Amino acid sequence: MNLHSAGAGRPHVPPRRPRLVRGLAAILALTVGGAGLAACGSGSEPGDETIKLTINLFGDFGYQPLYEKYKELHPNVEIEERVAEYAAHHTNLAQHLATGSGAADIEAVEVGYIAQFVAQPEKFYNLLDYGAGSLESEYLPWKWQQGLSKDGKSLIGLGTDVGGMAMCYRTDKFAEAGLPTARDEVSALWPTWDDYIEVGKQYVAKVSDSKFFDSSGNMFRAIVGQAPVGVYDTNDNIVVGTNPDIKRAWDTTVRAIEAGLSAKIAAWTPEWNTGFAQGSFATIVCPAWMTAYIEAQAPDAAGKWDIAQVPGGAGNMGGSHLVLPKQGKHPEVAADLVKFLLSPENQIAVFKEKGNFPSLPKLYEDPAILDFSKPFFNNAPMGKIFAEAAVALKPQYEGPRAGDVMNTIGQGLGRIEQGQQSPADAWQQVLSDVQKLT
Amino acid sequence: MTATQTEVPTPVRRQRPSPRPRSLLYRLDLHASPYLYIAPFFVLFATFGLFPLAYTAWVSLHDWALLKDEHPFIGLANYRELLADDYFWNALGNTISILILSTVPQLLLALGLAHLLNSRLRGQTFFRLGMLLPNVTSVVAVAVIFSQLFGRDFGLINWILGQLGVGRIDWQAGTATSHIAISVMIMWRWTGYNALIYLAAMQSVPRDLYESATIDGASSLRQLTQITIPMIRPTIIFTVLISTIYGLQIFAEPQLFGGGGPSGITGGTDRQFQTLALYLYEHGFRGGFEFGYASAVAWVMFVVIVIAAAVNFLLIRRIRSSS
Repeated sequence: MNLHSAGAGRPHVPPRRPRLVRGLAAILALTVGGAGLAACGSGSEPGDETIKLTINLFGDFGYQPLYEKYKELHPNVEIEERVAEYAAHHTNLAQHLATGSGAADIEAVEVGYIAQFVAQPEKFYNLLDYGAGSLESEYLPWKWQQGLSKDGKSLIGLGTDVGGMAMCYRTDKFAEAGLPTARDEVSALWPTWDDYIEVGKQYVAKVSDSKFFDSSGNMFRAIVGQAPVGVYDTNDNIVVGTNPDIKRAWDTTVRAIEAGLSAKIAAWTPEWNTGFAQGSFATIVCPAWMTAYIEAQAPDAAGKWDIAQVPGGAGNMGGSHLVLPKQGKHPEVAADLVKFLLSPENQIAVFKEKGNFPSLPKLYEDPAILDFSKPFFNNAPMGKIFAEAAVALKPQYEGPRAGDVMNTIGQGLGRIEQGQQSPADAWQQVLSDVQKLT
Repeated sequence: MTATQTEVPTPVRRQRPSPRPRSLLYRLDLHASPYLYIAPFFVLFATFGLFPLAYTAWVSLHDWALLKDEHPFIGLANYRELLADDYFWNALGNTISILILSTVPQLLLALGLAHLLNSRLRGQTFFRLGMLLPNVTSVVAVAVIFSQLFGRDFGLINWILGQLGVGRIDWQAGTATSHIAISVMIMWRWTGYNALIYLAAMQSVPRDLYESATIDGASSLRQLTQITIPMIRPTIIFTVLISTIYGLQIFAEPQLFGGGGPSGITGGTDRQFQTLALYLYEHGFRGGFEFGYASAVAWVMFVVIVIAAAVNFLLIRRIRSSS
């Protein structure tokens, strides 16, 4: 009404109807604009010329140079890589699968989540339909198994890497504490986790400005990774409360906390990154994939890190699969790219670049792997160490929400570290929190 | 009629056309077009505001998980479960604690700042613009920087405390300390914004009131409490309401303060700084995607905000308009 009276007082009265027309036109324009935007989203079927593939990862998998190589062989393929944070990546994928849109042509899935996704085989292309079946003999059997649906008929994920564990340690810090620094002698210090705690006590008694390890959550994860059964049984029941190995791992970790060995720095936080650079902790359980991460965080500590055996025997921590959600429009090309990225020579290249250790046992005797070392890790024979770890490790079934269960237990250990709860109370709360996850 | 309307030239001298029978279209234009002009807002609001609100209420009555195909109706079971969950009450307590810790000092500070800026100063524009700067900064940037300042091992604040011999504080680990750290982030962002709103209101207070008060010998503080605050009461009510609504929905600050990972979503290992919004996120978007339950949380949050806003409104209204 205001508009109308304001207009009437002026000498030039604009013709009236056009105003209505303009009003309608504005609304029309809005609607049409909206529809236009929506139309852009759906896109049209691309021709033979260019095929655009998207690939969603949760970190740097070292694939960038490989895309370039692939594009040289297939000039009509464009590849777009998108990287998200670990937890957010898997949450997004679950969401995109449930809502039916948004997933990339190729997605990475970490072992902590793989069971959740192979349980929905109808949402993914079966890689066996795209000629992946011939690769089975090359793969570690348990790694192959992890990517297989329950009925064994569909291969959902093809393994990228395995996380055989070792123990990374700071030689300069060990020297400061009067401990041996040579990797064989260091390995001999801790055949078991109890020995590891004893060495830690000696360390913190001598060195005041740093702790023995980063956080108890990481140590707990490693001990559980060495057990035959983890937080799930093979029927997808959470067995945190009943599996004695879990309680044993918990108690061992609690002893380490009570001995004051933990720097109390949660993994994947900015403080953790700073901790590597500042030498806030002298040791850290390092699966192969973590080596490149350490290198990136502590460039000034080159040559001061070394790699020894992990206490308590071999075990797996981490590792991933690549999967093809059904939402992708070019399964043949995507499957071809996956096979290319995971070819033996490219798995070697990725290991050298990013530390991700191949899932193909025949490579464990390949000189390209066996003779590989890095000056950053004091020329420790990384290839040999991680090959031995991968051969020796006992595979463990990781259930649908293993990642979340581990996080929940890690928080319980965090409460002990921060002095908010007694170990007994923390354990009780872990049990009730884990119950809520099912 | 259509033809004559458009073809009739509108010469300047014939400003008042003689009354003619008005067509249906003309009357429609006169009465309907104002509604059409405001329609885009209300259509958008209904689509993106009202509908989701109602739909959320509907979803909250179901056992609605994103990953399941069936969503059975379960009545108020989600609400019963929610009200029986200790973690919910913990989150509510944290939210209210952070709200009080951040809003009260923030608004008092803003009032004082505005009062200072309202007096004659050199470089007024500079100061006024400067105050808005923290508000322009992205909340993520603020949270990341402040999380580093409040870091346990390498944080600037702990370094200063160490130099003073007070000893280091693990800001994240404690309930009170984490609430303080988060409140500081909120204050940093919103104090200047509120001060500018107060300043705008203060400028409409008649100058002669201050002049006569000065002649009567009233101090600056007395002028603030006796003249300014009663005169800008509606603005104070507005800022209190807005701050309450915003403060009860705090999400990014505690989430990033907790490191962004799982510990950010639960607000620390002991949930010592998990707010209602984080609690909602934990259930809605981590792992199980329990949308039904998360919707129930959203509605309870809505009710809490309405109650808190009403209580604050009643409290603030007690400021008398005349001293």
